[in-house]
Amino acid sequence: MAQEAQKEKSMVLQKEMVEGLFDALSKVSETGKKVCYTFVPGNLSELIRTFDMLPVYPEINALQSAMRKKSASYIKEAEKHAHSEDVCTYVKCDVGMLMKGNIGPTGQKLPEPDILLLSYTGCFTFMKWFETLKREYPNAKVIMLHTPYQENAKMTPEMVQYMAKQLRDEVIPVMEEVSGVKYDENKLKKILGYSKEAGDWIAKIFDTTKHKPSPIDAYFAGVYYIGPINIGFRGTPEAVEYYKELYSEIMQRVEKGLGPITPEGEMKEEKYRLVVEGPPNWTNFREFWKLFYDMGAVIVASSYTKVGGVYDMGWRHDASRPLETLAEYCMNCYTNLNLPQRIELLSKCIKDYKADGYITNSIKSCNSFSAGQLAMMREIEDRMEVPVGFIESDLVDPRYFSYSNIKNRLESYFQMLGQRKMMENQEV
Amino acid sequence: MKKLSELINECKELAFDLSYTRAKQWKEEKPGRAIVGYMPIYFPREIAHAAGALPVAIFGGGDRKQIIKGDAYYQSYICHIPRSIIELALDGHFKSFDGFVFPSICDVIRNLSGIFRQLNIGSFIKYLDFPQNFSKDIGGVFYKQEMEHIIHYLTSITKKEVTAEALNHSIDLYNKNREMIDFIYKIRQDFPWRLNMEDVYYIVRAGTVIPVEEHNKLLEQVCYHIKENIGTPQDKVKVVVSGAFCEQPAVGLIKAIEEAGCYVVDDDYQLGSRMIIGNIDAQSSDPLMALSMGFIKQSQYSSSIYDVSNPKEYRLAKIVKDRGADGVIFASASFCDPSLLDAPIFQNAFNKMGIRYIAFQYSENINQYKVIKEQVGAFSDSIKLWEDEPATVQVTNK
Ligand code: SF4
Ligand code: SF4
Repeated sequence: MAQEAQKEKSMVLQKEMVEGLFDALSKVSETGKKVCYTFVPGNLSELIRTFDMLPVYPEINALQSAMRKKSASYIKEAEKHAHSEDVCTYVKCDVGMLMKGNIGPTGQKLPEPDILLLSYTGCFTFMKWFETLKREYPNAKVIMLHTPYQENAKMTPEMVQYMAKQLRDEVIPVMEEVSGVKYDENKLKKILGYSKEAGDWIAKIFDTTKHKPSPIDAYFAGVYYIGPINIGFRGTPEAVEYYKELYSEIMQRVEKGLGPITPEGEMKEEKYRLVVEGPPNWTNFREFWKLFYDMGAVIVASSYTKVGGVYDMGWRHDASRPLETLAEYCMNCYTNLNLPQRIELLSKCIKDYKADGYITNSIKSCNSFSAGQLAMMREIEDRMEVPVGFIESDLVDPRYFSYSNIKNRLESYFQMLGQRKMMENQEV
Repeated sequence: MKKLSELINECKELAFDLSYTRAKQWKEEKPGRAIVGYMPIYFPREIAHAAGALPVAIFGGGDRKQIIKGDAYYQSYICHIPRSIIELALDGHFKSFDGFVFPSICDVIRNLSGIFRQLNIGSFIKYLDFPQNFSKDIGGVFYKQEMEHIIHYLTSITKKEVTAEALNHSIDLYNKNREMIDFIYKIRQDFPWRLNMEDVYYIVRAGTVIPVEEHNKLLEQVCYHIKENIGTPQDKVKVVVSGAFCEQPAVGLIKAIEEAGCYVVDDDYQLGSRMIIGNIDAQSSDPLMALSMGFIKQSQYSSSIYDVSNPKEYRLAKIVKDRGADGVIFASASFCDPSLLDAPIFQNAFNKMGIRYIAFQYSENINQYKVIKEQVGAFSDSIKLWEDEPATVQVTNK
């Protein structure tokens, strides 16, 4: 693991897409393009694109702020204005950033929203977040798209209809009004066709972890892979091209029997294969990742890479039913699944990707993930008979990342995994 | 007619009976009856009543249940109520409950429904998704369908047919129930010394664990008594308590606020019992739609209802004005996302409007209130001393 990794072609493609978006956002006063703030889970990128609007994702800004070490001061700013210490730090980071001038990840000022599209999927905090933003941006139009929860592990026809009606009667008319663009269903269908393709590729990419060694890390690198589908490029030929390229690069690694690329180069020996539940920590992302790859641990599947859509159970966008498919997409995001469904999904990952263990990264900010994680962990331990590990951190608040605590816990966990593997080998 | 003190004692017994004795007795009295437990904030109890079931509120264990197993289910940074509900469930307090409804109020309650499913508690679990779309044809229809699912679960146990007539009858009974509770609050607004907040709390909470017919009888008598000019006025300021809609503060805290120099003239402690403002149409040919529209059009402001077209800060400000209150106490359960995320919205608006407030956090199992009492005392003194000065005070206690 010596030299810094070379930039692969896929990385260049991704960089171009992201920079293009932020560049376009910085020019809206000249181009007159309308801006839609929205969330990653249940993001309606295809619809936003149909109306030629540009998306802004406050969660992405928050995590980028954390990676640029700016989140602490933003959070402090929000806390000065009555935001509690104990709520989701994404919200506080975003509010603080707004209070300090709304400078986005590329150093350019982000434009104000013309629309706040609240795709209310899998998290109550989203609602509070946009209630807060609405008060900051009184001129923005707010659209609430209520996504019913898969409480009974099903997307029923009535749930789909409820959402399709909201889209048809409330979301689309506001988008038409604000963007000045007429709704064009054929255009949406075409975009959805690319979304399906992107979904196919992303599923194939995350399925490559079935190889030994796994050619990718499905958590730490996975968060980069899901970037394009989650920040507005799902439904574009560029995203399809990116994923094709990424897949071919990964398959080359498989052919050569190579492990994942880490920030310090290629991971040499795969000792442990893990499934991780919960979002990563962003403030100390590299240190956090290093704790794993230094121990030869690779993440073969993670729940977090499914927040913007679950593609590994076979669901895909279906252009022939445009609004219904958008409804299903929203309902099928990971945090909109009930706990037994989450257990089912993660158990399947453990089985399919032959994981040695299961780790929960419990995030203080996020009840949508965290409430119930301990019960899930116990059930998975019983059902799958794999050792489970538990660590705690936060998304973007550096006060809750304790390197030594996490390191100690992981070390004991890997020790336990090591002993278990040794015993299994002896038995064989 | 019973004496007021007898009625209050009766309600006190019922309100904190974590064995749910009366509900269980009621179920035993006749075959084909069912009990449905529901979590905060609001559940349309009318549908359970019409289906031959008794809706019973589950408010957690408060400071009356030691947590032994529940802590293993929740990280330290999650509020207290889900762990006490799990504790009650695992200790068999909900034996004879047939099903459970988890109204959509926050991610913790939502995911708790999954834990109940995983642990196979009850014969049905229903997460009740309240509509966040407020037009009749969209949100109204969806909510009606949600209620139909619950009716289906219940009637498959009770084998009772839910007719429009039965539903209208149930709606009528709950309308009366809310009217009488409203009357009590009206009296409290003008003559808060007639019945203290602690007693109001017992009286309202008792109604969440017994049949509505029995509660209505109790309420009729309480209303009769408090029409009389009883009690002695004290030199206290009037406040509204907001933010305590789910995990309940221990009674000692409810008492401490009044002892520290405040009359609480409105609150959201047990919001569910007062969620709907005014009556729901009890003569509709489509009573489920009437209930649905009741929720959509007549709900009190709440942290779990999307509020952009009807902002909560103005609604709370109106309550403060209508009740003649001098200030607001924001009381949030520790780690309660909906309440804490609303706090800046309220507080920033109240700073501009010149409405005085304090804020603190509590936990249902904590029964030491010295610090909070001092803070509330200081708040009430500041209001009394500087009556003409618009002022805001913010104190956070954890
Ligand atoms: S609570 Fe969790 S899902 Fe919701 S906004 Fe925060 S991090 Fe995202
Ligand atoms: S106290 Fe707040 S966070 Fe906890 S369950 Fe109730 S509403 Fe949810």
